[in-house]
Amino acid sequence: MSYFIDRRANAKHKSAVNRQRFLDRYRTHIKRSVEEAVNRRSITDMERGEKVSIPTRDISEPVFQHGAGGKRRIIAPGNQEFVEGDRLQRPSGGGGGDGAGEGGASNQGEGMDEFAFTLSREEFLDFVFDGLELPHLERKAMVDLDEVRPVRAGVSKEGVPARVNIVRSMREAHARRIAMRAPIRRALRDARDALEAEERKDPVLRNPARIAELKAEIERLEKRLEAVPFIDTYDLRYNHLVNQPQPSSKAVMFCVMDVSGSMTQAHKDIAKRFFLLLYLFLERNYEKVELVFVRHHTAAREVDEEEFFYSRETGGTIVSSALSLVDEIIAERYPPGQWNLYVAQASDGDNWDDDSITCRDLLIRKLMPRVQYFTYVEITPHAHQALWEEYETVATEFPARFAMRQIVEAGDIYPVFRELFKRRVAGG
Amino acid sequence: MTRRKPIASGSDWNFEILTEFEQEIARLADEYRLDTYPNQIEVITSEQMMDAYASVGMPVGYHHWSFGKQFLAVEQAYRRGQMGLAYELVINSDPCIAYLMEENTLMMQVLVMAHACYGHNSFFKGNYLFRTWTDAGSIIDYLVFARRYIAECEERHGVAAVEQLLDACHALQNYGVDRYKRPSPISAEEEVRRQKEREALLQAQVNTLWRTIPDRHREDRLPGMEGGEEDPLGLHAGGRYPPEPQENLLYFIEKNAPLLAPWQREVVRIVRKLAQYFYPQRQTQVMNEGWATFWHYTLMNRLYEEGAVDEGLMLEFLQSHTAVVQQPAFDSPLYNGINPYALGFAMFSDLRRICESPTDEDHHWFPDTAGSDWRETLEFAMQNFKDESFIQQFLSPRVIRDLKLFMVVDDDQDEMLEVAAIHDERGYQRIRESLAAHYALAVREPNIQVYSADIRGDRSLTLHHVQDDRRPLARSVYPVLRHLHQLWGFPVRLASAQDERVVRRYQWPLADEAGDTGEG
Repeated sequence: MSYFIDRRANAKHKSAVNRQRFLDRYRTHIKRSVEEAVNRRSITDMERGEKVSIPTRDISEPVFQHGAGGKRRIIAPGNQEFVEGDRLQRPSGGGGGDGAGEGGASNQGEGMDEFAFTLSREEFLDFVFDGLELPHLERKAMVDLDEVRPVRAGVSKEGVPARVNIVRSMREAHARRIAMRAPIRRALRDARDALEAEERKDPVLRNPARIAELKAEIERLEKRLEAVPFIDTYDLRYNHLVNQPQPSSKAVMFCVMDVSGSMTQAHKDIAKRFFLLLYLFLERNYEKVELVFVRHHTAAREVDEEEFFYSRETGGTIVSSALSLVDEIIAERYPPGQWNLYVAQASDGDNWDDDSITCRDLLIRKLMPRVQYFTYVEITPHAHQALWEEYETVATEFPARFAMRQIVEAGDIYPVFRELFKRRVAGG
Repeated sequence: MTRRKPIASGSDWNFEILTEFEQEIARLADEYRLDTYPNQIEVITSEQMMDAYASVGMPVGYHHWSFGKQFLAVEQAYRRGQMGLAYELVINSDPCIAYLMEENTLMMQVLVMAHACYGHNSFFKGNYLFRTWTDAGSIIDYLVFARRYIAECEERHGVAAVEQLLDACHALQNYGVDRYKRPSPISAEEEVRRQKEREALLQAQVNTLWRTIPDRHREDRLPGMEGGEEDPLGLHAGGRYPPEPQENLLYFIEKNAPLLAPWQREVVRIVRKLAQYFYPQRQTQVMNEGWATFWHYTLMNRLYEEGAVDEGLMLEFLQSHTAVVQQPAFDSPLYNGINPYALGFAMFSDLRRICESPTDEDHHWFPDTAGSDWRETLEFAMQNFKDESFIQQFLSPRVIRDLKLFMVVDDDQDEMLEVAAIHDERGYQRIRESLAAHYALAVREPNIQVYSADIRGDRSLTLHHVQDDRRPLARSVYPVLRHLHQLWGFPVRLASAQDERVVRRYQWPLADEAGDTGEG
């Protein structure tokens, strides 16, 4: 007797828990691989999984086994030229004939030094951002709440037909019917009893007028009973919704970059990787992330991504032009009540002499009170200039929301990024 | 025989076609008197197949990282195309669960049904090891119990604690089987009830064993042991514990480890029970696969002869079958040991040949078997042997010649390897014996037993390893001892002996001064 069952619709990923247990157990190994991968990979490459290898000895499950040595008899198939008594050189390199006759036990990875597997994109990014926390994600939840979401708040007597609460309405109607009919029923019962009593009397003693009167009364009462409406307007109940303020799930990220002659393509590539990490990071934390690219030399301009990274410009540098443009864009398109604002600025540190002070004032007065987080990376192997010093005063004023680091080469980006966003023990 | 119209052709399938094929195969199997459990044939996707694969074929398993590792390995191999997914996966239960993969062609589905639902299934039902050691009717129940119990433990004691414990148990699971005692059948509800009782009782026993208050009226005291010079009060006179060496390490731990909490003992028990369930499978790989392969080959050919399948499907089948029973030579890059499918299939096929058309050689080697009824002989062979004895009994010179088997002796005291036997008159017997020994678990796995637990002294546990042909233990002995130490809670020693002489000692924790050197 046999029967078929179609299980294709059943849940797959039954092994998901076990897979996760494995990843947790070898967290440190995997993290190392992931960090190497991030440093090695090109930017456009972040959106895929990663192959990870772990030394087999680290993940072996030990059991009692025979080791090499002693006397062993090996049976093997496919003899061609050997005859009994032949003596052979021991094959160099261990493991020769080791698996002979092991019955083909399905032991993948045997004899390999590395246990290799592939992380999915999600798992990969999880490891990339492991232990990182978006600064001040919670701040917007409390202040400037412009975004609302309707939430259930009991039932009310007024509302639109679409929100009618049928169960509650019917219950109201039922109660009303009971309440309204009770006196009528009582009167009806009395009238019927009286009529019955009257009819039970000896025919001689009956009062026909009384009977007719009672019958009329009964008929009238029955009509009244029927006239009680099944449902009435004041039975209706509506689901009541109130608007509850919601923490904003939208973020906008301003990428600000100096494109003056002193910024080479290598500088830009480093900056790009930093922006990209930040973008991926935001993307994982907000439902919607918008990007605004602002490039500047002596004047600032909003551009698209392609132009931002790849078109060449020359000329001097006035950083404040970009900052005031960001400020304008915020005022115009991204009211801080609805958007979480992030600014990431990359530059080689050059600036027009007097401009750095303007920058500092702009930041302290206009930008910093509004933005969630401002990061500044300076890509230069050289000593800092005026801009860095001015920014340092901003950093002391807003220690929790302003971060700046120096980057010398591409390999520095990831550590710097981690440092900037590492989970704060006591939330700021 | 007049050929009829094929049931279906091409590679597409649907449930009606499968049902029709299944009935056809069932009819033929019945003709061959194959006795099977009812079949529960489940159609699943490749992802589900990977899941099933990773949980070593248990349809419900408890959670452990090692299954995740297994899953990742399978997934990786499958993605790269190194491995076709499970040719078949079948679970020894009643009803017998077999998986068909959605992506398979019609031929594959028919083949898997013949192979798993009639081949393996009848093996599970007939072979003495399975009949004795596993209870097909209750295994699923027990797995459900085990999964739930371990999940509860994880909730109560934390995932990390349970994982540690399972790691330790897994390291010893091959030493968690009773080789000679038949376990009683188990079922889930029964198990839950008994588990509660056991918890209390077991702890009481352990408490008695390890109590530190001297016992005045010890009755187990051996006569003549009392009051030696060094022990005038006879405090150490209770004799060795356990009185007999114990081969079931996990059982010994479960019953005697001094510090384990009741739930930990239960987890040890679960691992032990599952090891016991898989014990027959580890001993019958060649026979089981050989039997199933023999029957799918026979049944498919019958289907073709009757015209139920057409030439196209048959050619596809033959190609697949050939790949399965391929045995690469030892010097081929594809060589990965002896293919159990190839060896088993060759042996069962040859056994049938010996019955049907015996040669003089066969009459000489198999006087009782040659010329007998093949169906009965095969049934007898399937029911009453395991790999070791099956090869010892039925590996014919013909198969040795076909596979060109030869034996090499690798002795570390000899700088050269020696070819000790080849497929000739002088070699048959020796090749047969060595190959049989190769499949004996007693030879494949080191022989390790519990020798003594020092219940009156430092509570240390001593194991004895009996070496076989001077083969030492692999380095993995240290991590395993560490796991054992975690379970036992006190120092663990292991003495490795060859010819009654201890050649090496191991212990955990390592001694302070260069711990692992042998002391003679």
